[in-house]
Amino acid sequence: MANIISPVELDPFETIQEAFKGPDHPSITICGGTGCRVLGSEKLSEAFREEFNRQNIQATLDFDIKTTGCHGFCEQGPLVVIRPSGIMYAHVAAKDVPEIVERTIIGGEIIDCLLYMDPQSGEKIEHEQDVPFYQFQQRVILDLNGLIDPQKIEEYIAEGGYTALQTVLSTMPPEQVIDEIKASGLRGRGGAGFPTGYKWELCRKQPVDVKYIICNADEGDPGAYMDRSIMEGNPHRVLEGMIIGAYAIGAQTGYVYIRNEYPLAVKHLREAIAQAETNGFLGRNILKSGFDFSVGIKLGSGAFVCGEETALIASIEGRVGEPRPRPPFPAEKGLWGKPTNINNVKSWASVPIIIKRGADWFANIGTGTSTGTMIFSLVGNINNTGLVEVPMGISLRDLIYNIGGGIPNGKEFKAAQIGGPSGGCIPAEHLDVHIDYESLSALGAIMGSGGLVIADEDVCMVDFARYFMTFTQEESCGKCVPCRVGTKAMLSTLERICNGEGKPGDVEYLIELGEEIKRASLCGLGQTAPNPVLSTIRYFRQEYEAHIIDETCPSKVCKGLITYSVIPENCTGCMVCLRDCPENAISGEKQKPHQIDVNLCTRCGMCKSVCKFDAIMVT
Amino acid sequence: MQKIISEINDIVQDEALGKGSIIPYFEEIQGRFRYLPPEALILVCEHLNIPLSQAYAVATFYHAFSLRPKGKHCMNICMGTACHVRGSPQLLDRLETKLGVKAGSTTRDKLFTLETVNCLGACALGPIVVIDGEYSGQMTPQKSDALLRRIMRSEEKEQRG
Ligand SMILES: Cc1cc2nc3c(=O)[nH]c(=O)nc-3n(C[C@H](O)[C@H](O)[C@H](O)COP(=O)(O)O)c2cc1C
Ligand code: FES
Repeated sequence: MANIISPVELDPFETIQEAFKGPDHPSITICGGTGCRVLGSEKLSEAFREEFNRQNIQATLDFDIKTTGCHGFCEQGPLVVIRPSGIMYAHVAAKDVPEIVERTIIGGEIIDCLLYMDPQSGEKIEHEQDVPFYQFQQRVILDLNGLIDPQKIEEYIAEGGYTALQTVLSTMPPEQVIDEIKASGLRGRGGAGFPTGYKWELCRKQPVDVKYIICNADEGDPGAYMDRSIMEGNPHRVLEGMIIGAYAIGAQTGYVYIRNEYPLAVKHLREAIAQAETNGFLGRNILKSGFDFSVGIKLGSGAFVCGEETALIASIEGRVGEPRPRPPFPAEKGLWGKPTNINNVKSWASVPIIIKRGADWFANIGTGTSTGTMIFSLVGNINNTGLVEVPMGISLRDLIYNIGGGIPNGKEFKAAQIGGPSGGCIPAEHLDVHIDYESLSALGAIMGSGGLVIADEDVCMVDFARYFMTFTQEESCGKCVPCRVGTKAMLSTLERICNGEGKPGDVEYLIELGEEIKRASLCGLGQTAPNPVLSTIRYFRQEYEAHIIDETCPSKVCKGLITYSVIPENCTGCMVCLRDCPENAISGEKQKPHQIDVNLCTRCGMCKSVCKFDAIMVT
Repeated sequence: MQKIISEINDIVQDEALGKGSIIPYFEEIQGRFRYLPPEALILVCEHLNIPLSQAYAVATFYHAFSLRPKGKHCMNICMGTACHVRGSPQLLDRLETKLGVKAGSTTRDKLFTLETVNCLGACALGPIVVIDGEYSGQMTPQKSDALLRRIMRSEEKEQRG
């Protein structure tokens, strides 16, 4: 082993750092995450540049204008933060740019109407660091997302990037790296929570020369997008983690398996790989240590089951992405029959941080068995939607009310769905649960990969369960019978219930079938597919019963069980709903109350959504 | 037809795609034609020396590949969880009625293909609709009507010349 560890030359760091002006250099950072791009942030950097040119101030002010990764607070996008002061403007449009340059950049003034307003206190908040959404977070993995330009390796290096790799290659034998990861208590962030260090060790110990590592960036959970944001916003950290892992495990080649639906992440990752190669962090003789490692990208072609490790391997090999029974585990026989270590994006991204700050530091965050931080995508019916990074063990209540700012429109919280199609829901009576692997599974949910969807009182839990079942049923690869046939049977039962054709005994049947599918399925997809149904039955059985016995949908969602009608006292006869109804089911004259023909009505809800007078009633 | 075959042949002969897996070929072909023409399956199989059944299995397994040509405009509605709780089913309903087709199919005039996707990673702005690669967030049935009208108008203009 001794020959691998040789002194590392420092020059790539020095030359790069010299060229870079440092993190405290005044800058205008524009969020370039997918969310803000949807809202038009791409036009902003152009607008700032034009304005700087027009006013001819670039030379005197020396401000950097940079597009960063996702800041996390997608709801308020496009976001612009002026550093180093941290003034944050929300919902910025290109037309606001001249004023920002004139008043804030040149004049040093704060523009009140562009500030974020806290929906709970009604106060305007000037600085990013004081926004409650950020205040209660602990950003360890996402810390650089809003600071650096992900397309420039020098910015990552200026923030201390690749120094962990340097430490590892120059001072740590592979076994020591593995011990460090073990000591940190890091558990896989892809769903199952297997201890990462132990997995590495298993792979390292295989007496085979050729080994592979894979970064699982398939992010299949619909409703989760943190892996995307990490790859878009800080791809070098993922690469650094992979290089360190490859060194520890003894792998020569790595792959990032990434979803086709994430074009920007693919682009940034491709650029990052090329830059890392140019600077001697990837390729032959990395940092002159004698260690060789290269990374390739494999595009997923849109199949949820390909997130499962054995299916993912089949897909990289060019076959249909069907899982196979384990053992042998990928650590023994993986890609092309060779020992392979697979980790999630967040797991890889945690590695350089653990090396740099020490295993103890990392292990001190969170709880005894769940260490470090977890990133959630807080979405659905919640005021502050976005990406949040919190210490493990935080209570669900803090997450929803302090960071998430509560439920919009004065509605009641009903449930938090955690873990996506493999997970479960947590009802209001368990809001104080601490989010760690064990507490969640005791409640019938799982940590999953970080999807956290908040449902308010208007979400029908039976319909919600049906939604997840539709998803898993479609995504079932069909290889094993319990999953292929069982999910179909569960789905058709749920559909019947939602259509008002439920029968007594349906709930018991769902439970029995669900338990059986969990027990008998081949891979994690089937083994967890019944979870959303079982957990809604566990906490919301009365809603199932209302559908079946009382033939009503308490949340007024299931179309087979609701009727739309006009409240004559409220209806002003404005004709808006009449014109908008796609089925022409509404009739009436101007300024006279309208009527809905229940036989034509398809219960699409259009009339209710356009009515300004609260004159449509759902029963 | 001849042109399609020669284009496919160019892709098949592309050394950069390697000879290991069928998927990169399909990605290339799907990218170019927006579907996999039957000729493509045959040519790729001949080139890689694998049975057609295997190519068919791969082509039908992955959502990214389609064996039917797509319409001029592709509308993709996100059916991910976050978009679902914010009303994407109503949106899909609306578009299905407006276009007169079910999700996954193309209108008879070959103008629109209506599809669904499970999460585009922009959940905070749901419900999301992607039309010809352009994302629109916080959609409502009304907004989707307006988008459709805009496309129809530009189509009419084009036809009139
Ligand atoms: C149906 C199914 C889908 C999965 N999808 C993902 C995914 O999208 N991303 C991911 O990292 N892991 C996913 N996993 C878990 C992987 O199989 C694997 O456990 C994980 O990538 C290991 O990485 P970790 O130890 O860092 O968590 C999925 C598992 C199953 C059964
Ligand atoms: S659920 Fe629609 S973008 Fe994620």
